[in-house]
Amino acid sequence: MRAAEVEQLRRHARRRHVASRVTVYGLAVLAALGAAGPFLWAGITAFKQNRDLYRRTNNPFLFNLTPTTEHVEYLFTKTEFPTFVWNTLWVGLLVTAITLGLGLPAAYSLARLDRPWSGPMAIAIFFVYLVPPTLLFLSLSRVVVAAGLQDRTWSLVLVYPTITIPVSVWLLMGFLRAIPKDIEEQAMVDGYSRLGAFVRTVVPLVFPGVVAVVVFAFTLTASEFIYALAFVSPSTEKPISTGVPTALVRGDVFFWQSLQAATVLVAVPIALVFNLFLERFIAGFTHGAVKG
Amino acid sequence: MTDPALYPTHGQSVSPPEVTGVPHASPPVDLRERRRLADRDGLLAWLFLLPSVVYIVALVAIPFFLAIAFSFSDVTAGDPSFDWAGLRNYQNVFDDPVFWQSLRNTIVFTAVSMLLIVVLGKVLANILIADFHGKWLVRFLVLLPWTTPVALSTIAWLWLLDSVFSPIDWVLRELGLIDVNMYWLGKPDLAIGSVIVVHVWRLVPLAAVIMMAGLVAIPKDVQEAASVDGAGFWRRMFEITIPLTMPIIAVAALFGAVLTFTDMAVVYVLTRGGPTNSTQVLASWAFFRGIEGGDVGQGAAIALFLFPLLLAAAIAILRAVRRMDVS
Repeated sequence: MRAAEVEQLRRHARRRHVASRVTVYGLAVLAALGAAGPFLWAGITAFKQNRDLYRRTNNPFLFNLTPTTEHVEYLFTKTEFPTFVWNTLWVGLLVTAITLGLGLPAAYSLARLDRPWSGPMAIAIFFVYLVPPTLLFLSLSRVVVAAGLQDRTWSLVLVYPTITIPVSVWLLMGFLRAIPKDIEEQAMVDGYSRLGAFVRTVVPLVFPGVVAVVVFAFTLTASEFIYALAFVSPSTEKPISTGVPTALVRGDVFFWQSLQAATVLVAVPIALVFNLFLERFIAGFTHGAVKG
Repeated sequence: MTDPALYPTHGQSVSPPEVTGVPHASPPVDLRERRRLADRDGLLAWLFLLPSVVYIVALVAIPFFLAIAFSFSDVTAGDPSFDWAGLRNYQNVFDDPVFWQSLRNTIVFTAVSMLLIVVLGKVLANILIADFHGKWLVRFLVLLPWTTPVALSTIAWLWLLDSVFSPIDWVLRELGLIDVNMYWLGKPDLAIGSVIVVHVWRLVPLAAVIMMAGLVAIPKDVQEAASVDGAGFWRRMFEITIPLTMPIIAVAALFGAVLTFTDMAVVYVLTRGGPTNSTQVLASWAFFRGIEGGDVGQGAAIALFLFPLLLAAAIAILRAVRRMDVS
């Protein structure tokens, strides 16, 4: 009797366990499909022949005719796609470097060198993040012209840190607060100056935060659209986000396969890199948002 | 606290007599040393902060006030000279029904998207922290919408919602649910729905990542204790997880709101504000007016409406976060 009861309980627990496993897997697959579905469809489209693609009755998810790479080749040989990628890459890296160079000391100053104005200043910098590009682009275009950077990729290097610095300072402050104060104090007792302690103990310890900022800043920069659209019109100076649409949408004619190929080719590497640093990024947000 | 040794100038004159009598000669020196360090901290604090502040003043604060000035001027792309125009731009903007439509759309898009982003982000965060095989792949796929440049992912959607070749329509046709295509972007209601769906799709991963941060931060023993006490999944969810992670949920909501509110890329690529301005938002309307229409003054007046609304929302959310933190 007792044994049977135990057995029944055990079976019940096992069934519940199996059910919850099935639910988790089901939801995970659903989430993955929902998020990546458009990319999956883009990937199929990229290799379709025109005669296959533009027929309403064809199953859009299958290759009804043999796949072709001609549209991917078109992307690389007949458009400036490689130039767009290169522009996005160097702008992104430069902006990220500038962001860290300005943002890390600023975050340290606000998080550690307790001044009476630290608190209000930190809030002010956060509010800067709320000033949207859509409000600034009209007057920034004047600044860009004044700086002689009109229609040049360099104009983006000039303005993108306005987007990345406030968020990065905010994130880095969280990371810095998570480092015990004793470590720097010990370094200073050992004879380092404040600056020396910062460079030798704080910078290495805050490395995960630096990684989070690099990934976040690069993603923001690569996605930016309005400034790139408003400031840069020659096609060889454009980054991906505006270059690809202008090169492959001519009036009403969309080069669909090449467009989709470009989307997948850009999306996958960025997501892969982001995924590598996801855990660190998550850690950063905890410190930044909750304890900050 | 008024120890004279804290003041170097006095310290010099006061310390010698102390040194002669008292063996504790070192504390005043030590204090003075520390004081000197503190002074350098103050200098360092400024030096560290200065580059960022100068940059932000030059490229955010000044353009911000310039935008306000533009909104009171008659500056156009053709005539960039600055002439005072008073409230004429605002008058024109207010008289334009498209402005009111854009304002309404901006608020509706933001509110609906934010709600969906928070709910779905929460669900997704819970899925992503569960243990299962192939988690790495699922995380990678789920991140795609957020990490892809907006313009490109929106183009993928443009093709997905194509008036003739949309695969969604194909499936619906095959299932016999529709005879004629839906024209997702051609009808006002469907176009509004489509824009919201794209916003939600794009921002749910970010919200999920932020909320995962909150979930990871909950001490494991709290969950386990509740579990041992017999609290089921839903009870743990609503009585422990959600209250404990409320501040970070609010942060995710704030990010979702800011990014939807200020975005114009989705509208610009997907519908260009159409059909007949039914999906126009403040950001895109300011762009069409200010850059493509060349009327900088009006563009600035429209864009200025973004800021107070955003500021109010941000202050409300941050206040809520702070209140929750204290309790």
